Amino acid sequence: MSFINYASREINCKIVYYGPGLCGKTTNLQFVYQKTAPEAKGKMISLATETERTLFFDFLPLALGEIRGFKTRFHLYTVPGQVFYDASRKLILKGVDGVVFVADSQEERMDANIESLENLRFNLQEQGYDLDKIPYVVQYNKRDLPNIVTLEELRRELNPTNVPEFEACATTGEGVFETLKSVAKLILIDLKKGR
Amino acid sequence: MSYPQMVMYDEEFKQINAVIEKLLREANAKVIFLVDKNGQLISGVGETERFDTTSLASLTAGNIAATGGLAKLIGEKEFSILFHEGEKDNLHISIVGGRVILVVLFDSRSSLGLVRLRVKKASEELTVIFDRLMKKAEEKEKSSDTEFPFAEITDDDIDNLFS
Repeated sequence: MSFINYASREINCKIVYYGPGLCGKTTNLQFVYQKTAPEAKGKMISLATETERTLFFDFLPLALGEIRGFKTRFHLYTVPGQVFYDASRKLILKGVDGVVFVADSQEERMDANIESLENLRFNLQEQGYDLDKIPYVVQYNKRDLPNIVTLEELRRELNPTNVPEFEACATTGEGVFETLKSVAKLILIDLKKGR
Repeated sequence: MSYPQMVMYDEEFKQINAVIEKLLREANAKVIFLVDKNGQLISGVGETERFDTTSLASLTAGNIAATGGLAKLIGEKEFSILFHEGEKDNLHISIVGGRVILVVLFDSRSSLGLVRLRVKKASEELTVIFDRLMKKAEEKEKSSDTEFPFAEITDDDIDNLFS
């Protein structure tokens, strides 16, 4: 849940990037980190293995600016994508305000995408959230690769509820900020509705 | 929603800071942080400028979440106190009122025994304040108090954030 501090006039929100292993969640955060002005970002923390696979989470705090005199901060987290890190994934979803599902567009990763999306829905439910009710967007990553699934098929399999969706290539940054903006906007609209 | 919105008001913020400032003195600590279980920093006193407080908050919450997961695996509800011993500095991490994490950083000028003793007392005081804060937030929500800053937010406000 977002944290509203009237004393220091701050609002903090938590965004979690979810998706199968090696789909580009960490790469998304790295690109945001590289392209954000130093005064707007904190340190990026990656708890990863020696082979750069996320072990627990990546964390990137962003201070975007003020809305109605309140400093608006977004804390970006990624989960470890590999199937056997499920216990860690559950922990990171605690208190989430918005979710980005990063799908790997490559044909051979479709099963992993579907499995990860089911896992997301299930883990959210366990925390008392409904994926259909929280701010949520989908990113189809790796659109630059040759062996990719068509947009229509990705949509059919991974976005039946028609939430905002973005094509991306996280290594070059294409679609990365569009995705982030979209989920941030949904969170703020949700906050507004909440009262 | 499963979790109540975490809200902090001026009055309680001052009371909380008074408690942790007192704890800082009495426990001879270097820095004290209060962190929400979701990883949001609530407040910090002492030599806070020497540390990356946002990262500390997020990692502390991750740490508490991970040890909480461990606790459940062995049939415990949670581990309410964690202690990390370093060469010079140590971290004493405890859960206050089931919801908030209290982090005390101290060196050889203090001791684990002293910190534990003082933390226990401060925790009781903090629990009372946080209970009151939660009640107040719930009441305000029910009475649909309009001071909520985002009630009149426009699309332009949101777009401006990203310009």
